[in-house]
Amino acid sequence: MSDMADPIYKTDALIAEDIDAYLETHQHKSMLRFITCGSVDDGKSTLIGRLLYDSKMIFEDQLAALEADSKRVGTQGQEIDFALLVDGLAAEREQGITIDVAYRFFTTEKRKFIVADTPGHEQYTRNMVTGASTADLAVILIDARKGVLTQTKRHSYLAHLIGIKNIVLAVNKMDLVDYSQQVFDDIVADYTAFARSIGIENFVPMPISGFKGDNITVNSPNTPWYTGPALIEHLETVEVDGTTDQAKPFRMAVQWVNRPNLDFRGFSGQVATGTIAPRDAVRVLPSGKTSTVSRIVTLDGDLDKAVAGQSVTLCFADEIDCSRGSVIATSDNPPEAADQFETTIVWMSDDALIPGRAYWLKLGTQTVSATIHAPKYEVNVNTMEHLAAKTLELNSIGVAEIATDKPVVFEPYSDNRTLGGFILVDKITNSTVAAGMLHFSLRRSQNVHWQALDISREAHASLKNQKPAVLWFTGLSGSGKSTIANMVEKKLHRMNRHTFLLDGDNVRHGLNKDLGFTEADRIENIRRVGEVAKLMADAGLIVITAFISPFRAERDMVRAMLPEGEFLEVFIDTPLAEAEKRDVKGLYKKARAGELKNFTGIDSPYEAPDVPEIRIDTTAMDPETAADAIIERLLGW
Amino acid sequence: MTDKKTLTHLERLEAESIHIMREVVAEAEKPVMLYSVGKDSAVMLHLARKAFYPSPPPFPLLHVDTTWKFQAMYELRNRMAEESGMELLVYQNPEAQERGINPFDHGPLHTDMWKTEGLKQALDLYGFDAAFGGARRDEEKSRAKERIFSFRTASHGWDPKNQRPELWNLYNARKKKGESIRVFPISNWTELDIWQYIHLNDIPIVPLYFSAKRPTVERDGMLIMVDDDRFPLKEDEVPEMRSIRFRTLGCYPLTGAVESEAATLPEVIQEMLLTTTSERQGRVIDKDGGDASMEKKKQEGYF
Repeated sequence: MSDMADPIYKTDALIAEDIDAYLETHQHKSMLRFITCGSVDDGKSTLIGRLLYDSKMIFEDQLAALEADSKRVGTQGQEIDFALLVDGLAAEREQGITIDVAYRFFTTEKRKFIVADTPGHEQYTRNMVTGASTADLAVILIDARKGVLTQTKRHSYLAHLIGIKNIVLAVNKMDLVDYSQQVFDDIVADYTAFARSIGIENFVPMPISGFKGDNITVNSPNTPWYTGPALIEHLETVEVDGTTDQAKPFRMAVQWVNRPNLDFRGFSGQVATGTIAPRDAVRVLPSGKTSTVSRIVTLDGDLDKAVAGQSVTLCFADEIDCSRGSVIATSDNPPEAADQFETTIVWMSDDALIPGRAYWLKLGTQTVSATIHAPKYEVNVNTMEHLAAKTLELNSIGVAEIATDKPVVFEPYSDNRTLGGFILVDKITNSTVAAGMLHFSLRRSQNVHWQALDISREAHASLKNQKPAVLWFTGLSGSGKSTIANMVEKKLHRMNRHTFLLDGDNVRHGLNKDLGFTEADRIENIRRVGEVAKLMADAGLIVITAFISPFRAERDMVRAMLPEGEFLEVFIDTPLAEAEKRDVKGLYKKARAGELKNFTGIDSPYEAPDVPEIRIDTTAMDPETAADAIIERLLGW
Repeated sequence: MTDKKTLTHLERLEAESIHIMREVVAEAEKPVMLYSVGKDSAVMLHLARKAFYPSPPPFPLLHVDTTWKFQAMYELRNRMAEESGMELLVYQNPEAQERGINPFDHGPLHTDMWKTEGLKQALDLYGFDAAFGGARRDEEKSRAKERIFSFRTASHGWDPKNQRPELWNLYNARKKKGESIRVFPISNWTELDIWQYIHLNDIPIVPLYFSAKRPTVERDGMLIMVDDDRFPLKEDEVPEMRSIRFRTLGCYPLTGAVESEAATLPEVIQEMLLTTTSERQGRVIDKDGGDASMEKKKQEGYF
């Protein structure tokens, strides 16, 4: 072997001369978990093999086996093929490809390292995401001869998606490009542009050779132009995430209630973020009950402080409700609970996502039943483009809304991995089918603390000298909703009423232009319009809406948003045959011809209101008369 | 936050192992801890006591016995069960018992019948649905890829191609009736971590790990300790007193000793760090069947 330098990891002299001193240093080592990502030929296994070799994690018997293997199946001629050290399962050894996540261990003077070796093969996004989920740092390998490839971008995107803040760009095989600074600089420039485009703020580039050992343990004489740290040096000194987690507010998911006898009741869990000490005030979610910590109990005696990452048992001063699934948080800054979320989902099963089906969702120690809506879009992991998608297949990543059967205590994944990361489990097969990250809750109204405003909705309305209301028109396409609604608004305007008309077609050009006509999208369409109508009513306006709004449940949802009496459902009752005969926009014709899918009345149902505040029979009333009747009812004449 | 505390690697490993054990207890119906009395088992047991303190660990210890362990192992096993306040279940495969299966006459069949079959029988007999094991990923290549929660079919088979992805610290413990999970809470510990932890926490281990003068014979290049009078000495064979110790412990006729003067824990660690052969080399079991033998054994249900 053309060794660059003696391994610096294990000071044999110290071990031999003063083992107690050695143990003393090693007891205070910290730990770094990292992943290596690269394409099949980027030399990933070789690099890991090299790290193990240089840190003397390879024993003589293993080395003898390695030398024999290298000659038999190696790809490096007579030289040692380090890759053979780390390629494990029999099947993949024959294929010469790593097909799963493997964890490797080595240690230096300063740190213990756990390396997740993740594959570069396209179909294994799932393995990379798995390996990255526990990593503090990612080493992205590039073959110096090939530069930034599609795979490089994919790996970087995934590392960034999973929230890894520390990224090392290892430009490998520098020996094969004559250690050219130009080659290195060009690759770094290329990568910088790409990294910025996907939101990676920082990365550390370094020129290395896993095969030859350049810039692995010490700076290489072959790259005098490189002044940054060697790989190991960087890995030994980079700050680990655990310390930044300590600065966040205290959260701990309760795993288990410890109750050995009637006199002791403790709550066991691993501190997710923040720190906790006796006498600290805490709030238990979702109940919201508060108490103070009386003791932090461990086998080695009570602690006066526990920090993020530690597994502890907390006792409270008061008997309050707390069990597995509860979250203990600092009392003045607790997390929210919600039951609808926007999420990013990485699908990991051969069976594709079925929107609308219930899966088990496990987040921290909470397990709930969850329904996933059809994805808003799928991300092409090679180009980062957003693609329309109806489902998610194995290894695809998409953004979708999730609804749970009961509230989940959560925080956005970007703030808290423990309270924002989840897995989905198939209820029939019990397999883990997806991993996901919560971004935000959709019905924040349930949980967000309202900001008290000095100008009330009554004040808004009284200035306008009117009673706010929402006139909610519903009916088939072509029933006359827009015509009558428009007429109502004109009449009200002439009467000095402050109004606003929300029209279905218009809203779909702006606010809701991202929505289609599937059942899920129609529901979301109405929910948003309902929210907007509510805000306008709060501002004191008389809001007129003209939407087909075919589902009773959604109309009732909007009704529930408004104070009693302010929601007036106006059913424009035109029989299907009549509406189809009018067919003002030619839509029925298209729908009958199969050119328009999910068309209400044709292949999508219309649920007529049972007891609308106002019913207009358009076969018996002209629009003018209808408008007058509506205004009469509105103003209570 | 003025005084941030950086957790040491041992503190992080400990917290992770405790987290795993608590998840299993919360989600499995009937867990058990497989206790082999070795140093890894010693650490695992200690972690369990930490995880549930002041309660005793809420599961029994199961020793799948081959009747051929070192005497010193049986002594420590009984002592630790008593100290921890846990129930100790000892299982010996009755068929192996009846047929007198032993390591001298039966070769690989000994491990297969007593350990592999014995374990399956014990798990079925008691209906355990989750079993903690002390395997580590650094021990052997195929173990590097095993999950922390490893699923076994109703017939205890392991399918390396069909494992559940494990993300963050979220473990999916759901399974069908009859299926079980092997859980490896010390997956991420290395041999050095184990020793350091034993040293720091003063965890009792079998004295055989420390050097002493012991009666030995040399067989096939391995030093075997003559632990009882069942050892069939060849005609001209006389046990010789040598300063030896063991790096791993199993059935005494199958476990090779190393000549050593390391009589204290720091000395053992020192020797381990300066040594040049890997830990499992003293065990005959890995060598059966060559290259991928451990992987094959696992597919058949060996722990």
